[in-house]
Amino acid sequence: MPGELSVSLWRGAEDGCYETYRVPRRESQTVLDVVTFVQRHLDPTLTYRFACRVGVCGSCAMTVNGRPRWTCRTHVAKVAGDDRLTIGPLENLRVIKDLATDMQPFFEKWQKAKGAFEPSKTRADAIEQIRPDSPARRAADAAIECINCGVCYAACDTVRWNRDYFGPAALTRAWTLLNDQRDAGNAARLQAVAGSGGCHSCHSHQSCQELCPQALNPTAVIADLKRRTLAAYLKGEIAP
Amino acid sequence: MNVRLYVWQRATAAVMAPLVLVHIAVILYVSRQGLTAADILSRTHGSVLWASYYGLFVAAASIHASIGVRNVLAEWTALGERSAGFFAVLFGLALAVLGAHAIVVLVLT
Repeated sequence: MPGELSVSLWRGAEDGCYETYRVPRRESQTVLDVVTFVQRHLDPTLTYRFACRVGVCGSCAMTVNGRPRWTCRTHVAKVAGDDRLTIGPLENLRVIKDLATDMQPFFEKWQKAKGAFEPSKTRADAIEQIRPDSPARRAADAAIECINCGVCYAACDTVRWNRDYFGPAALTRAWTLLNDQRDAGNAARLQAVAGSGGCHSCHSHQSCQELCPQALNPTAVIADLKRRTLAAYLKGEIAP
Repeated sequence: MNVRLYVWQRATAAVMAPLVLVHIAVILYVSRQGLTAADILSRTHGSVLWASYYGLFVAAASIHASIGVRNVLAEWTALGERSAGFFAVLFGLALAVLGAHAIVVLVLT
């Protein structure tokens, strides 16, 4: 596939601007390939993140032609019909430099939503036998493939408007642990996601569901969190 | 928004849903029958039923709308949650007072 791409990349921090580069177009080229070409051949000062290049690590998400995407699994042919690409940092996060954002608030909210596993057994206990095909385990597995790429967080209008909102990824993680029969921290977790910044702030715009590269459905997850926290509140198990 | 506000907003919405339908039916009836204000007031005067109906409607609407306004203020303005809550309570009280005044006029005049 001969030809050239016109690639506009965000340069600088919050007060930066887009600069345009010419990148040769290639067969099966990904957006991450394009960014890497610029850094390796045109401007070595370009800053961006990546690690695995195969959609596992979740570190290479950027805004591509206005939408947050995992760049390592996004083919140029899919998003650049007119040979133009505009690639910026993820939205809703502070820009450190160029295409790298500060992910700290994202992971802090993950912790506020009690996203860490709380073991119910010690190492002295026997390993719990859990059938992979049991309904409980299937529920725990339903959204466990989240790679914390931040695409849903960048796509979320509520995150944009409400800086305290945990966001789809943190709430999805909390939901996964709520479904995990080995976890012992669900009372505190329900309390955390029922409070200000929790699941009830979601407006169900469904951008997370539409753009999740793992095809997860955080909107449905958050709706279930609303039901569960509502039931727990009405039973007096959690405080408002 | 926390779970308590969520419960109140959903519960008041559930209360209002049938009330809105009856309210619309009443509007259609009044307009199709060509009732004047005097005709309406003669029917509602001293009516405990209409006072209760619109009293419940006003209470539910005041709570429901103020929670919504709180969210709008918190998300779309620079106000924090506490300030947004304060203004939302004022808004809800204003709705309640205006609604109560309308009911008094409807039933006691």
